[in-house]
Amino acid sequence: MRLPCPICGERDRREFYYKGHALALNRPDPDADDAEWDDYVHLRDNPAGRTRDLWYHSAGCGAWIVVDRDTVTHEVFGATLAEDAEARDAAG
Amino acid sequence: MRFSALRILKEGLTGNAGWGPHWRSPEPKREYDVIIIGGGGHGLSTAYYLAKNHGITNVAVLERGYLGGGNVGRNTTIVRANYFLEGNSQFYSHSLKLWEGLEQDLNYNVMLSQRGQLMLCHSDGQRDAYARRGNAIVNQGDDAELWSAEKVREEIPYLDFDNTRFPIYGGLMQRRAGSARHDAVAWGYARGASDRGVDLIQQCEVTGIDIENGRVTGVQTTRGPIRAGKVAQVVAGRSSQVAAMAGMRLPIESTVLQAFVTEGLKPCIDHVISFGMGHFYISQSDKGGLVFGGDIDFYASYAQRGNLPMKEHVMEAAMTLMPVIGKARVLRSWGGIMDMTPDGSPIIDHSGIEGYYINAGWCYGGFKAVPGSGYALAHLMATGQPHDSAAAFRLDRFRTGRGLMDEEGTGAQHNLH
Repeated sequence: MRLPCPICGERDRREFYYKGHALALNRPDPDADDAEWDDYVHLRDNPAGRTRDLWYHSAGCGAWIVVDRDTVTHEVFGATLAEDAEARDAAG
Repeated sequence: MRFSALRILKEGLTGNAGWGPHWRSPEPKREYDVIIIGGGGHGLSTAYYLAKNHGITNVAVLERGYLGGGNVGRNTTIVRANYFLEGNSQFYSHSLKLWEGLEQDLNYNVMLSQRGQLMLCHSDGQRDAYARRGNAIVNQGDDAELWSAEKVREEIPYLDFDNTRFPIYGGLMQRRAGSARHDAVAWGYARGASDRGVDLIQQCEVTGIDIENGRVTGVQTTRGPIRAGKVAQVVAGRSSQVAAMAGMRLPIESTVLQAFVTEGLKPCIDHVISFGMGHFYISQSDKGGLVFGGDIDFYASYAQRGNLPMKEHVMEAAMTLMPVIGKARVLRSWGGIMDMTPDGSPIIDHSGIEGYYINAGWCYGGFKAVPGSGYALAHLMATGQPHDSAAAFRLDRFRTGRGLMDEEGTGAQHNLH
C-alpha cells in the first residue's frame, strides 16, 4: 500500500504512522459528558468499505494527513493535509 | 453416530460407506427461543452449551457462508492459558480446562496437542516479569515453568542464543498449552449442537435486526424473517456491521493479522515458540508445515490479506530467532480480520437492547477462547448473569474506565494494540 502525501507525493506505507479514523480530528469540548468522550475515544463506525483515516508522515515531512481509502480492497483514492481537512470540516 | 476405534476399523474394512453427514441441515423455522448470528467457533460453542448446560434447544445458528468458514479456519490454532491480568486469567484458565475435556465431551477428535508453549525472554527485566507472570499462573492453578537459557538450549538447540540484539536469557514454559485442529473444533461443536436439536442454517445472511420498544424480536435474513426473544451476535471480524443493524457503535476497529505456512518438513519444532520481542511465534502442524505469524498490520482493514511490510518484518523476525528457517520455503500466507478493542480484551455482554447480546472483540486471541467464550455467553443468555470466568468482559468498561484489561500495558487506545 502506498499513500499519496500531499507534500511529498506517493510514498511507501512504512513511512507513515497510523492513528485511526479521522474522527480523531473532531475532539469534543473538554466539558462534554462521558458519552461524548466515549464516542470520540472508543466507539467507531469501522466501515467495511470506504473510510477516511488519519496518518502521520513520520519518516517524511511530518505532516498529518487524512487518507481516503477502501478497507476491503486497500485502494487509496487520495489524501489531504489534516489541517486542510480540519478547516474544511469546520467550515461545514 | 458415535466415533470409536471399533467403528473406524469397521468402516475401514467396508469402504467407509457408513459415514453420514455430521449435522442436520434443516430449513429455518419461523421462530426460535434463541438466535445465534454467526456459525464460527464461538457461535457454535455458544449453541452447544445453551443446549447441553441449560437445556435450551430451540436455537438457530445463522451463518452467512458455511460453518467454520471465518476466523476459526484462518488462525494459527494456539491454545494456552498464560494471561496475567485478573479478568483475563481466570477466563483463559477455564477455557483451557474445557479444551482438555473437549474430545471426550464432544466425541470428536479435535487433535488437541499439549506440546507446550515457550515465551522467550531477552533481558533480566523480562525474565523477572516472566517469573512474576509464572507465579501468578501457578497461583491460579495452572502450570508454568521458568526455563534457564541452558534449559532452552537443551530443548531447542537451533535458536540463535547469542544474537546481538536479542540474546536468549530463558523463557516461560506452559506445558499444558499447545495447538488443536481448528476445523475439527467447529465441526465437533456443530455436530454436538445439532444432535441436541439446534438448527444450523448455512447460507443465511442476517440483513436486519428487529427491535421494538427497546427489545429485540427477531432478525431479517436472506431466507426470510425469523423471530426470537433472544439474539446474540457472535461474528468477530464483522461485529461493527452487525451491531450497526441494531443501531449500535462498538469500541472496535478491524485490522488484518497475517499468518504463514511453509512446505511440509520432518518434525523439527516440538513446541509453540513465542518470540515476543519480534512479535513472532511459530509451531509445526501435524502435516509438517511450519505455521507462524507476527503482529497485526496496524491499520483498519477487512481485506483478509495483508501488505508486504509486515510480511518482511515477520520473515526478519524468523531469521533473527532461528536462522535455520531460511532453508524452508513459504507455501502460502493469509490474513484474518481482527476485532480490535481499545484495551486488547474481549466483550461478552448484554448490549443494552433487551434480549440482545454481544460476543466480540477477540483481537488476535479468539481461537483458544472458543470453548470458554461459548460457555460464558450461554450462561449469560440462559441465566441473565455473567459467568464467573467472564464477568470482567463488560462493554461499558471503556466508557467508565473501570475494569480495563490492557494486557500489553500499552494504553487503552485503538491504535496501540
